[in-house]
Amino acid sequence: MSDTRTMNMIQAINSAIDVCMGRDPDIIVTGEDVGYFGGVFKATEGLQRKYGKTRVFDTPITECGIIGVAVGMAAYGLRPVPEIQFADYIYPALDQIVSEAARLRYRSAGEFTAPITVRSPFGGGIFGGQTHSQSPEGIFTHVAGLKTVIPSTPYDAKGLLISAIEDNDPVIFFEPKRIYNGPFDGHYDRPVTPWAKHPASAVPEGHYRIPLGKASVVRAGEAVTILAYGTMVHVAAGVIADTGVDAELIDLRTLVPLDIETIVASVEKTGRCIVVHEATKTSGFGAELSALVQEHCFHSLEAPVQRVTGWDTPYPHSLEWAYFPGPVRLGEAIKRVMEE
Amino acid sequence: MADDHAGRNLPPLSLHIPEPRFRPGDTVDFGHFEIPAADASSRPPIDAAAEAMRGHSYGLVRVLDEDDRAVGAWDPKLSPERLLRMLRHMALTRAFDERMYRAQRQGKTSFYMKCTGEEATCIPATHALDRGDMVFPSYRQQGVLIARDWSLVDMICQIYSNSGDRLKGRQMPIMYSAKEANFFSISGNLATQYPQAVGWAMASAAKGDTRIATAWCGEGSTAEGDFHSALTFASVYRAPVVLNVVNNQWAISSFSGFAGAEATTFAARAVGYGIAGLRVDGNDALAVYAATEWAAERARGNHGPTLIEHFTYRSEGHSTSDDPTKYRSADERTAWPLGDPIARLKAHVIAIGAWDEERHAAMDRELAEQVRAAGKQAEALGVLGDGMHQPFSTMFEDVFEEMPWHLREQSAQMHAERAVSGITAGGEK
Ligand SMILES: Cc1ncc(C[n+]2csc(CCOP(=O)(O)OP(=O)(O)O)c2C)c(N)n1
Ligand SMILES: [Mg+2]
Repeated sequence: MSDTRTMNMIQAINSAIDVCMGRDPDIIVTGEDVGYFGGVFKATEGLQRKYGKTRVFDTPITECGIIGVAVGMAAYGLRPVPEIQFADYIYPALDQIVSEAARLRYRSAGEFTAPITVRSPFGGGIFGGQTHSQSPEGIFTHVAGLKTVIPSTPYDAKGLLISAIEDNDPVIFFEPKRIYNGPFDGHYDRPVTPWAKHPASAVPEGHYRIPLGKASVVRAGEAVTILAYGTMVHVAAGVIADTGVDAELIDLRTLVPLDIETIVASVEKTGRCIVVHEATKTSGFGAELSALVQEHCFHSLEAPVQRVTGWDTPYPHSLEWAYFPGPVRLGEAIKRVMEE
Repeated sequence: MADDHAGRNLPPLSLHIPEPRFRPGDTVDFGHFEIPAADASSRPPIDAAAEAMRGHSYGLVRVLDEDDRAVGAWDPKLSPERLLRMLRHMALTRAFDERMYRAQRQGKTSFYMKCTGEEATCIPATHALDRGDMVFPSYRQQGVLIARDWSLVDMICQIYSNSGDRLKGRQMPIMYSAKEANFFSISGNLATQYPQAVGWAMASAAKGDTRIATAWCGEGSTAEGDFHSALTFASVYRAPVVLNVVNNQWAISSFSGFAGAEATTFAARAVGYGIAGLRVDGNDALAVYAATEWAAERARGNHGPTLIEHFTYRSEGHSTSDDPTKYRSADERTAWPLGDPIARLKAHVIAIGAWDEERHAAMDRELAEQVRAAGKQAEALGVLGDGMHQPFSTMFEDVFEEMPWHLREQSAQMHAERAVSGITAGGEK
């Protein structure tokens, strides 16, 4: 194992791309402002200088074009890692992602594939209003042929991103931007803690993988299973610490393919389950989780599965903290599920 | 056939990646940039066939010459009163930007975007339009609202997401909406307004109305598919629409070469779609007025759409989240040969004897005071930095015309949460 360095999530993501590019000359990075500037969140900083302009370059502002040319580059044999500047701006690319990248292997019976990793910052908590805050993962988990990955720590971000880049299928890699610089427990009125104080900021400099499709049990517990990913893992951890509830906290890390064994084993033990995400509720990924838990664990359940989510409204600017599924919303759900 | 070439010694292909001329620390020289004489451009008849005016997509419509005089076929021959009103609106926009930028820095709001150096790309255009004409703006056309004498207090309340914000704190700062000013709700998603403007214009034409539509977007945004869909529809239906591209040469950190500027002009996008294109000195208020007047007349006469490229320079950062010293030379701003639009219009009105330095200085003081007073009035209704100013229930309104059961349920849950947490928002006890 290589040396370990303290990294925030941006640095870990940068390191993952760097390590992959160093090992595989077919990996290229594209996107708006990713080249000389290194991206608006600095995730690709220094990579153009290191690997040259034909491997890391800015693109015209057309998300449809960014993904469309990535599909073509993949058809040639490259492994593009395009960045969509904000997940809120991924919609112009939907046709190329959904109808093309996701189905290429299937429709050509494996002749052509799309080993593309689409990186994009997502989620709220930065007063970005409705166009810099959305969590559209449910749109992509609904599409056959796409993998969807969401890390919650620097260590996981690097290991998962390396696995995503090395995976031969298209992967949507959503980065929770609110925790780029430090974990966030949902208490927006308290000072921000930097990653340096969190054990998962110790990140190996070199190559390592965290397999796609493996969840992590952040905390073992007996009373209730909490399923979360991204920023919400830290909100849940904070609530568990504050309330003392003996919850088992599972960070899904990969939504598709999902680690169903870990989920089922936990719910069969606890008999109760809460699903947490920041995205809107209706047809969100929580609905899928809730259905799966019901299908697999019906006879172990002692209470209805609870969903803790953002409201079914566009993400508001000034009422951000009334929208965000913070500690109070989760705390109330825990009370409800424990009362049954 | 490829086989015929087998064994031939072909040169390796190479990929071209655009690169701006100047990066941080570079000495800036715009010597390569040729500025045609102010009177060089002809003014085509308003019903000119698009293919007969291709040259206008590659030239530069100008009016103000080196001696600050209005010259040539495009001189709109405006009255001194009109010129001074335009000058005032441009100076007010700049004063407004200065103050709001500082307010963001002081923590009163989350975000702000200036249009410094680009004031002439929309304010004279607004003067050349009728107030009934519909505007589909990007986020950098605050000047349109100001040129339509929209309330500064109303704008600042939006920026502060306070209790006076008609948009109920839902939108990020500067994402205005002002139907009364015929100013469409601003989207954060680039170029979406372009086909919408064409659609509004098509509707107006279908109904036999007399109003036309306009849209603005940045040069970077012309890469989006929506831009090209808009031009296709505009061409096919000869929509009465004026489509503006503000070429301020930068799209955050990406120079205009990444939108195609190394190969051609933005006005020349019109050529392929068979519509009229005009490339204009975007820092020349009179040229912008004249081009817009021409395009509006053309649209009103059922002669079809016009694409206008306003060639200008983004003098400041992209937004309060940006630091342009990281990717471009600080000298560009001062070296840019087309100068500052306010300074140029001011020099013109002085040259024609309608204005002087003293009156200009007095106007600047008065405008700064006007903005300050508006800021105070808006601040009395709260600033974002102080917390939430809208009743929580407003969050669930306007998702639909009528609230379905699930939103009523979520709203009730929200209020229960609020009671538990003891958090309050404006207007709620
Ligand atoms: C669909 C979409 N993609 C990306 C962005 C992020 N973004 C915001 S502004 C901007 C640059 C736009 O540049 P330009 O069109 O030249 O306008 P300017 O800012 O110069 O006025 C980018 C990439 C966005 N808002 N919407
Ligand atoms: Mg621009």
